[in-house]
Amino acid sequence: MAEVGVIAVKPEAPAPAAILSQGYWALVRYRLLRDRTTLVCGAILLVIILAAIFAPYLAPADPYKTSMLRRLQPVFKAPYLIGSDELGRDMLSRLIYGGRLSLVMGITPVLNALIIGGALGIVAGYLGGAVNMAIMRLVDVLYAFPSILLAIAIAGALGTGLTNSIVALTIVFVPQVARVAETVTTQVRGLDYVDAARASGASTWAILRVHVLGNVLGPIFVYATGLISVSIILASGLSFIGLGVKPPEPEWGLMLNTLRQSIFVNPTVAALPGAMIFMTSMAFNLMSDGLRAAMDVKA
Amino acid sequence: MSTTALAEVPADPRDRGGPAQPLLLVENLRKYFVLRGGVLNRAVATVQAVDDISFALRKGETLGIVGESGCGKSTTARLLMRLIEPDQGRIILDGEAVGAADGIGVGELRRAMQMVFQDSYASLNPRLPIEASIAFGPRARGVPAQVARDRARDLLSKVGLEPDRYIRRYPHELSGGQRQRVNIARALALEPRLVILDEAVSALDKSVEAQVLNLLADLKAELGLTYLFISHDLNVVHWISDRVLVMYLGKIVEIGPVERIYGEPKHPYTRALLSAMPSMDPDRRTEVPSIVGDPPNPINPPSGCRFHPRCPHAEPICDRTAPSLAAGGDTAKGDHAIDWDRHAVACHMHVPGSGHSAAPVGGA
Repeated sequence: MAEVGVIAVKPEAPAPAAILSQGYWALVRYRLLRDRTTLVCGAILLVIILAAIFAPYLAPADPYKTSMLRRLQPVFKAPYLIGSDELGRDMLSRLIYGGRLSLVMGITPVLNALIIGGALGIVAGYLGGAVNMAIMRLVDVLYAFPSILLAIAIAGALGTGLTNSIVALTIVFVPQVARVAETVTTQVRGLDYVDAARASGASTWAILRVHVLGNVLGPIFVYATGLISVSIILASGLSFIGLGVKPPEPEWGLMLNTLRQSIFVNPTVAALPGAMIFMTSMAFNLMSDGLRAAMDVKA
Repeated sequence: MSTTALAEVPADPRDRGGPAQPLLLVENLRKYFVLRGGVLNRAVATVQAVDDISFALRKGETLGIVGESGCGKSTTARLLMRLIEPDQGRIILDGEAVGAADGIGVGELRRAMQMVFQDSYASLNPRLPIEASIAFGPRARGVPAQVARDRARDLLSKVGLEPDRYIRRYPHELSGGQRQRVNIARALALEPRLVILDEAVSALDKSVEAQVLNLLADLKAELGLTYLFISHDLNVVHWISDRVLVMYLGKIVEIGPVERIYGEPKHPYTRALLSAMPSMDPDRRTEVPSIVGDPPNPINPPSGCRFHPRCPHAEPICDRTAPSLAAGGDTAKGDHAIDWDRHAVACHMHVPGSGHSAAPVGGA
């Protein structure tokens, strides 16, 4: 796989033999626990996800309650902790609630694509020949469109709404995951241990399950983790141009859109949803790099 | 040495045709690889990897296959295992044709025949402990999990690895020799009758290679196995084989009992190959290059005898017609049974009345 955007990891001492003898996943855990960047990113994500789940208990105010008197309040001015938006709604509550939709729209399409695209790519890579040709050319057709354009086109054709946005984003990510899955599977398929498994007379399904899946899921999963940030940004983009979630739902992309007129009045508050998108995307990206490094077999 | 002096094969309940029937009969096996290229992915060339080879494998023997890289040795092994589909040819296992209506399926063939690969690391799944790797075949065949695990332990101790110490280990924690022992155990887990060893010891260093060769010899005697031993190492083949088959560019050029091949090689290629073996005697050092030029491209093999461009005895006949293995060398004894002691050679110099000046005068 192309080593694009890999964070330079300083060469570390080889893991002690005691760890090595406990198997592959013990080694991965050992490496992850020593990787501070990944740990910090994981902690940030954990906080954001927990906040989204427990939003009703954490949010200081009702995220839908407007106040015409106290619009666009600056940060740290009572009664708001980090200000209010253009309709006088509490920013902190809206950011906490907004994480729900944004995370759903970031993670669901990638999960869908991981299942559909992963299955397509693994089948294409393992069977090869005409099946590979048929699947991968079909995938290439979708791949030819720039992803934001494709997402807008599909979402526009299907209409606005959460489900339609998720469908549109899934279609955008399926080809990308399928590509990676196909490449990795083709590599594994040519190795002698797969030939040895075929020679043992095992069924194609048993070989896929025991010998292929275990060796390809790691790279595919890591790649998909990197897509979550792209998905959050694309979903925000869809909401921003009015194809995703409709107001007054709190969603980071939509909030960024509605606040953009206020950027000269209260730039700090207007930038907050963008900062959340940025932070979440960065955390997912860095964590996926960390996972890639930790799951590397050769290192 | 006569091949009738083979070790006595223990009575095997799976045996069908008795000791006289070949364990494996290969008839006219052929595989051409089509190279595609260009915009329309058209066939631009074919590589004649294995071209119409036939041979028999006797129960309980070790047949060595030697030849240069790219001569089709490994393709032959993969064709026999049906890891690649042959274009043409029949494989008959103990009297039953594979894939024929009244014969056996590929599944049964693979139960009777297993293979050990050259690369000991690539042939083990890096994510599985070796116990799981060995037990995978039997498990896939419906053997209960506990039985398969017990079998893995048994086999590990058979190949000289203490089960308690090694069973939970991963391939990267083993040395090359240990990994190849695991690969042998994995091949034996399905209780095959025939084991194909495709350069199985070539990647090991000499002392480990000798240990593994001894292990192979012991296992053969204990389990009544038949080996197809593919190697480019002529000394190893000499030591382990009962009969030897020499391949050149996808064709069999010579086949016969090991001592006759090494003692009186008939084909100019075999002679060149054997004279290229480093001698242990400093007074008998090789001074003239035994063979000149690179092997021709298998995409466009030479016409007639494929060895003729490099052969010191080439005559016009060699360019025109391909010599047949059936006609050269000893005449077969008996009418139906296979003459295991026959030393056959595909060379016009040994076919009576072939038109080559060195050919024996045609008898009848």
